[in-house]
Amino acid sequence: MAPFEPAALPELLPVFYRRLFPHGPYGRWLSYGGVKNYFQLREFSFTLRDDVYLRFQSFSSPQELERELQKINPYKIDIGAVYSHRPNQHNTVHLGAFQPQEKELVFDIDMTDYDDVRSCCSSADICSKCWTLMTIAVRIIDRALVEDLGVRHRLWVYSGRRGVHCWVCDDAVRKWSPALRAAAVEYLSLVKGGADTVKKVNLSHPVHPFIRHSVNVVEKYFEEYALRGQDILGSPEKWDKVLALIPEDILPCQGRAKDSVQRWELLRARLERTRGRPAAQGPCYADWEVMLQFCFPRLDINVSKGLNHLLKSPFSVHPKTGRVSVPLDLQRLDQFDPFAVPTITSLCQELDTANSDGEQEDGGATEPKRRTRDYKKTSLAPYVRVFEQFVEGMESARRGERIRRSDLQGDF
Amino acid sequence: MEFSSRARLKHARLAGDRREQYPHSLQFYLEPPMESISLVEFESFAVDRLKLLKVIENLGVSHVRGTDVYKSKLESELRKLKFPYRALAEDDYEARRKDHISHFILRLAYCQSEDLRRWFLQQEMDLFRYRFNELTESLMQKFLEHANLSFEAIGEDLKNELANELSTSTPGFNLTKVKEQMFFKVGLADAVDLFRARKVFIKDGFAYVPFKEIDVIVLNNYRTKLSKALALTARSLPSIQSDERLQPLLNHLSHSYVGPDYSIQKNTGKISLEQIDALSVKSFPLCMRQLHRALRDSHHLRHGGRMQYGLFLKGIGLTLEQALEFWKKEFIRGKVDADKFDKGYAYSIRHSYGKEGRRTDYTPYSCMKIIMSNPPSQGDYHGCPFRHSDPELLKQKLQSYKIPPSGITQVLELVKGVHYQLACQKFFELTHDVDDIGFSLNHPNQYFTESQKLLNGGRELKKEFNNSGNFQQKNNSQESTNSSSTPTSSNAKADTELEGLEAYFTED
Repeated sequence: MAPFEPAALPELLPVFYRRLFPHGPYGRWLSYGGVKNYFQLREFSFTLRDDVYLRFQSFSSPQELERELQKINPYKIDIGAVYSHRPNQHNTVHLGAFQPQEKELVFDIDMTDYDDVRSCCSSADICSKCWTLMTIAVRIIDRALVEDLGVRHRLWVYSGRRGVHCWVCDDAVRKWSPALRAAAVEYLSLVKGGADTVKKVNLSHPVHPFIRHSVNVVEKYFEEYALRGQDILGSPEKWDKVLALIPEDILPCQGRAKDSVQRWELLRARLERTRGRPAAQGPCYADWEVMLQFCFPRLDINVSKGLNHLLKSPFSVHPKTGRVSVPLDLQRLDQFDPFAVPTITSLCQELDTANSDGEQEDGGATEPKRRTRDYKKTSLAPYVRVFEQFVEGMESARRGERIRRSDLQGDF
Repeated sequence: MEFSSRARLKHARLAGDRREQYPHSLQFYLEPPMESISLVEFESFAVDRLKLLKVIENLGVSHVRGTDVYKSKLESELRKLKFPYRALAEDDYEARRKDHISHFILRLAYCQSEDLRRWFLQQEMDLFRYRFNELTESLMQKFLEHANLSFEAIGEDLKNELANELSTSTPGFNLTKVKEQMFFKVGLADAVDLFRARKVFIKDGFAYVPFKEIDVIVLNNYRTKLSKALALTARSLPSIQSDERLQPLLNHLSHSYVGPDYSIQKNTGKISLEQIDALSVKSFPLCMRQLHRALRDSHHLRHGGRMQYGLFLKGIGLTLEQALEFWKKEFIRGKVDADKFDKGYAYSIRHSYGKEGRRTDYTPYSCMKIIMSNPPSQGDYHGCPFRHSDPELLKQKLQSYKIPPSGITQVLELVKGVHYQLACQKFFELTHDVDDIGFSLNHPNQYFTESQKLLNGGRELKKEFNNSGNFQQKNNSQESTNSSSTPTSSNAKADTELEGLEAYFTED
């Protein structure tokens, strides 16, 4: 597979938007069953070459969006809110009357926010060792979304470079106020403090079930990720960072331990013995605090709070890596490899190989059909299937709701 | 005969059992009243509730909510104005009915702008909070059931199942306490503050809230409902405003000042012009002191300042003759010659005393009117200094009046909290060296009267300089007969000036 070159984008994007982008399910998703002009009032923004940025784009139908994408071939697509008026007419609306009305609840988890606790990479770099952090984040947040917040329809997406996004699409949630969204982020936050704060997680007794569930998730990955992968107790400078988080009177002696795993065992045992301490001192949760500080998800509240925030669309191409923002299959989360995600280059090459009878660009009644099946010939297919399952999930829920309501009313 | 539930209620009322319509002293005001009332009752109910809400606003800033002082003062006001104050009172029907109707009338008046809505919401919330917290536990539960808030109390079985989770998520609740108290299943949006801080157990999009925390939840729910209702009312307002009987009333309410209007001067002729300088320092509110100072310094005031200050002076007892002399003396020292004064300014002064044109006796402006209408621009000195002055300049001014720094801080805090009248009250307290102003400030003339009362040991305004005052009056009356002939002279320029002046004199 040839590597991705950003300079090739102008050639590749037209192919992408004609033959690979899943316009069908994408349009069905954002139409939400044809609710009251929902699609027409949605803001999209396009980034073109040379960082030209077009906001407040809106379209009368998914078909029109498809045509425009194929005409403009944007480098990047962002999705915004559903507004009170068509975004592309916002200048004709009296100031103050043009307001965002609804939007999915979104989360953006970015690997850069973990730089203080990963030793393998920093800033925009990621590797298979630190990617586990994203796996942990998805598991913790998803569990909370479903079990605690009662959410059903959520789409987790690889951002294309160094993180993941989540789109929560339940009808009720799309109507949430900024205050409620901010509250949800706060509920899901445990790691607090910036560069100045050494100890970022502080637990008190009794520990809320959300925290307990989260620790349970972290525990499944901790040994492999933190003790072996990151080797957080592997050298004096590394374990100093960990010990800085633990109260002094609990520090164990380390003579006998030879590696991170053993050292952690000692530490762990020591701390667990304090759980039974009398009320005055209270149980010490320092081991949980360490695990959480190294592994618990870090959310950006600004992304989630505002209704008018724009977030990169699923199936958008990342202009720097060429990777497509593909949905994550939660059933296979542990096997997800960000480096195996197809790039626009590799996908176009796959198309070339698949069409041994040559590609015809002229129009014809059969063309659209052939085109919409094209992605199925490529490694994009499984990701589109995950996306289709997500959209179908919402559609069947809507059907179920309609039936339920008509039953209540006694309709036929 | 058809017996819908509403007809049933009406029937019940006619039959004498009025309790069915208002089973609780507290309500969520979900249904508007459906009966006919007289315009008199309409207005008096509305005015009473407005008085109540203003008291609540004052109490909320001067005392900590929920303290005994706060509660007893509020209760006495509720009794005075005949609103429900005790949950179990038997013969409360009239009070509850008044409560119901007056709330809905004020909604009409206070839905019209963001500021009005915010104010109304805040005071109604405080009122609701007080009354809800006065309920006993059993009455609270009855009220919650009746109010149909879809806050279900969870059953024992579910509670036992969740006991561990409930006790680890809810601060202050060990397993025993969990078993004792009732828990309510509440939507996440209703329990935002508890949910965000992880102080409550949540599952499947619901929060499980202990009875102890339910008042916050109920309050949030009330706020949301009322806020939505106000927005809805604002949208249907045009049709209500087209009713000629209601429109002036509603407009008046939202700008209203509900106290004496100082139009009938009890103290006419008791003040001499020589006293004004001293009085301006001792007993004028800051707005008038500022206007007086500006007049003395520049020998002129623009129209807004002339109106605000002129009517105030009328309110403190200046006669027409005194006013004419006062303004003319000052303006002549400026760029205005006697003739020009007589032709233009004198006319407008007489106009404001009801001696010209429509012959309406214009009333001195209340604080509300000064704060909310006609903001000053560059070169103006009218308005309310607490509202319209830059806080830095206000601070300097207070410093120049030798107000102690702690006092200045208190005043500025109130200004920051948009409590302009309370800031003025604090100014009164600081300049008169009293702890509690003892009244609720709504009008500059009230400030003056109360100040004089305080300084003169509670006696009526001293009658000083009576003789010279009379002498001056005689002089002035001659002057005025002379000048009254001038407006009729056919001077084209004067005519247009007068036309322009007429336009200013619209009473609201």
